[in-house]
Amino acid sequence: MSFETPDDRKYNESHEWALQDGDTVRVGISDFAQDELGDVVFVELPDVGEDVTQGEAFGVIESIKAVSDLYAPVTGEVTAVNEALFDAPEQVNEDPFGDGWMLEIGLSDEAALDELLAADEYADQVA
Amino acid sequence: MNYDQARWTDDDERYEPLLSEKHTAPADLDDAPLPDELTRDSLELPDLSEPELARHYTRLSEMNYGVDSGPYPLGSCTMKYNPKFTEDVAAIEAGAVHPDRSPESVQGNLELLYDLQDYLGRIGGMDAVTLQPPAGAAGEFTGVLVAKAYHEHNGDERSEIIVPESAHGTNFASAALAGFDVVSLPGGDDGRVDLDALEAALSEDTALLMLTNPNTLGLFERDIEEISEMVHDAGGLLYYDGANLNALLGRARPGDMGFDIMHYNVHKTFATPHGGGGPGAGPVGVVDELAPFLPKPQVEKRDGTYDLFDPEHSIGKVHGSLGNWLVLVKAYAYIARLGDPGLSDASAKAVLNANYLATQIEYEVPYGPFHHEFVASAGDQDAADVAKRMLDYGVHPPTTKWPEIVGEALMTEPTEIENKTTLDQLADAFNAVANEDQDALAAAPERTAARRIDQTGAARNLRLSWQALDDE
Repeated sequence: MSFETPDDRKYNESHEWALQDGDTVRVGISDFAQDELGDVVFVELPDVGEDVTQGEAFGVIESIKAVSDLYAPVTGEVTAVNEALFDAPEQVNEDPFGDGWMLEIGLSDEAALDELLAADEYADQVA
Repeated sequence: MNYDQARWTDDDERYEPLLSEKHTAPADLDDAPLPDELTRDSLELPDLSEPELARHYTRLSEMNYGVDSGPYPLGSCTMKYNPKFTEDVAAIEAGAVHPDRSPESVQGNLELLYDLQDYLGRIGGMDAVTLQPPAGAAGEFTGVLVAKAYHEHNGDERSEIIVPESAHGTNFASAALAGFDVVSLPGGDDGRVDLDALEAALSEDTALLMLTNPNTLGLFERDIEEISEMVHDAGGLLYYDGANLNALLGRARPGDMGFDIMHYNVHKTFATPHGGGGPGAGPVGVVDELAPFLPKPQVEKRDGTYDLFDPEHSIGKVHGSLGNWLVLVKAYAYIARLGDPGLSDASAKAVLNANYLATQIEYEVPYGPFHHEFVASAGDQDAADVAKRMLDYGVHPPTTKWPEIVGEALMTEPTEIENKTTLDQLADAFNAVANEDQDALAAAPERTAARRIDQTGAARNLRLSWQALDDE
C-alpha cells in the first residue's frame, strides 16, 4: 500500500507534516500516520498563544487503537488551532493534508525547516 | 453446540430499556417524615417491582457472554470460572465487620488475611505481602512506588524503568504515573528478552525492569537468572507482573528467579471475579529488603495474636482499610480448597490445554512450545473480524491484535477449566472461521444480540451516564 506524501511540505520522522505559508507553518499528520492509527476519536491541541518547541510534544491524538503524542516540527508561537477537530476528529482520517490540519505556528527560525525530511525522503521511510 | 443469543428489544428495535425508562411511577415522597426544606418534589428513582427488576438484569445477562456461558480464552487475562462456593464463603455474615474495629475484636478476619499474606508469599517466593491494592494495575503502581521509595531511601536517584515492548500497557502506565521515564525494550527474534538490548538499556538510571514470565507470547524467559544478575549488577530491581502466574503455580516461583517485587492478579490466578470496574485485589509481594516500604497497615502475628502494624518506611496507604475484603476472602477460599497439589495441578492442566489447542487449530502459530497461552496469526484475515465471527460459533474469541510481535495476533489462553470436548469445540470454531471468506467475516456477528458494534462511534460520542441520553 502506498501513501500520499505531497511534495509541497516537509515531514517529521514522527509523521507530522509542516507546510510553510509566509511566516507561518501549518502542521498536521501524514496519510501514513492516520492509516496506522485507524479511526481518530480525539485530538488534544495547545491554545493559541502557547509556545511549541521543535521535536517536543505539542498535543495528543487518540484513535480506537492507540494514544500518541504529537511532535512539533518547528519552534514558535501557536497562531491558530483547528478547533473543528474537537467535534469532528474524523477529518484527520478523511483529509490529513487538508481539513485535518491541526496548528499554525508563527515561524521564528526558517532554518528549522531544513532539518525536516523532504517528501521523497519521508516517502522512503514509510514505503 | 449451536448458538443463538437471546435478544430483547422494544418495538423500536432498541435493546432492553434502561431502568430509568422502565420507571412507571415516581417515588411517593408525600409521607417522608422530614422538614420541607430537606425534601424535594420529584426524585427520579425507578419505581419497579422486584420481578421487574430481576427480569431486567436477567435479560441483560442473557444478551451478554461470560465464562458461565461458554469458553472464554482471552489471552493474558486468565479468565477462570469463578467457583460458586467462594460466594458462599464471602457471604458468611461473621466476616462482614467494620474496618475500623479494634484488632482484638476481629481476630478471625486478621487470621484469614495473615494466612493469605503467607500463602501468597509462599506461592510467589516473596518474604512479605500487602493485600491492600484494589486491582492488578494498582498493585503494579504500588510496587513501583515501593521501588522508588527504596532507591530514594538509599540516596539513589534513579529515573528510568525498562519495560519490554510486548508488556501489558499497564506496565508503561504504572511507571509513568510514578514519575519515571519509560525505556521500551525491543524483543528478540525468538520472542524473548534480547540480552544485548537489555545490556544497552541498563544504566545507573535504571530503577526497575518490569517483566512477566512466561511472557506475553506464552514463552518462558529462559535467561531469567542472567537477566536478574544484569539488572541487579546495574543497581536496579526486578519486578514481576503476575498476569501470567497461572503457568507457574507450584512449579516455579518469581522469588527464586531473582524477582524483588511482584503483584498477584487474584482475579486471574485465584479465580475471583474480574472487577470490571468494581472491587478487585492486586496484592504485592516483596523480598525482605523491601518489606519496610510496603503500604500500611500490615497484619502481623505475635504470640498467637494478630495485630496491625505500620512498616517503618511505609509508602502510606494505597486503598482504604486492609483492601477489598470480599475479593480477598474468595482468593483465600480458592487457595485453601485446592491446596498445594490442586494449584500445581491447575498450572499443569493450563499448560497442557494451551499446547493441545495450539496443535488443533489451522491458523499459523509462529512460536512454541508454550506455557499457559499461545499466539496464533490470522494471516490474511483481520483478527478483529475473526473475533466477531467466532462469537457466532458460541465461543468467546481470544485477545486480538496483541502482542504486535505477531501479525493479526490471536492470543489464546483456554486455562485449566476446560475439558477436551470444550477445547475441541473451540478448535472447531477457530477452524471454521479460518476457512470462511471475507463476506462472511465482514457480516459477523449474526447470532448475537448486538451485531457489529460501532466502536469508533462509541468512542467519538461518549455518553457516560443514562442522563446523557436525555440530551439527544
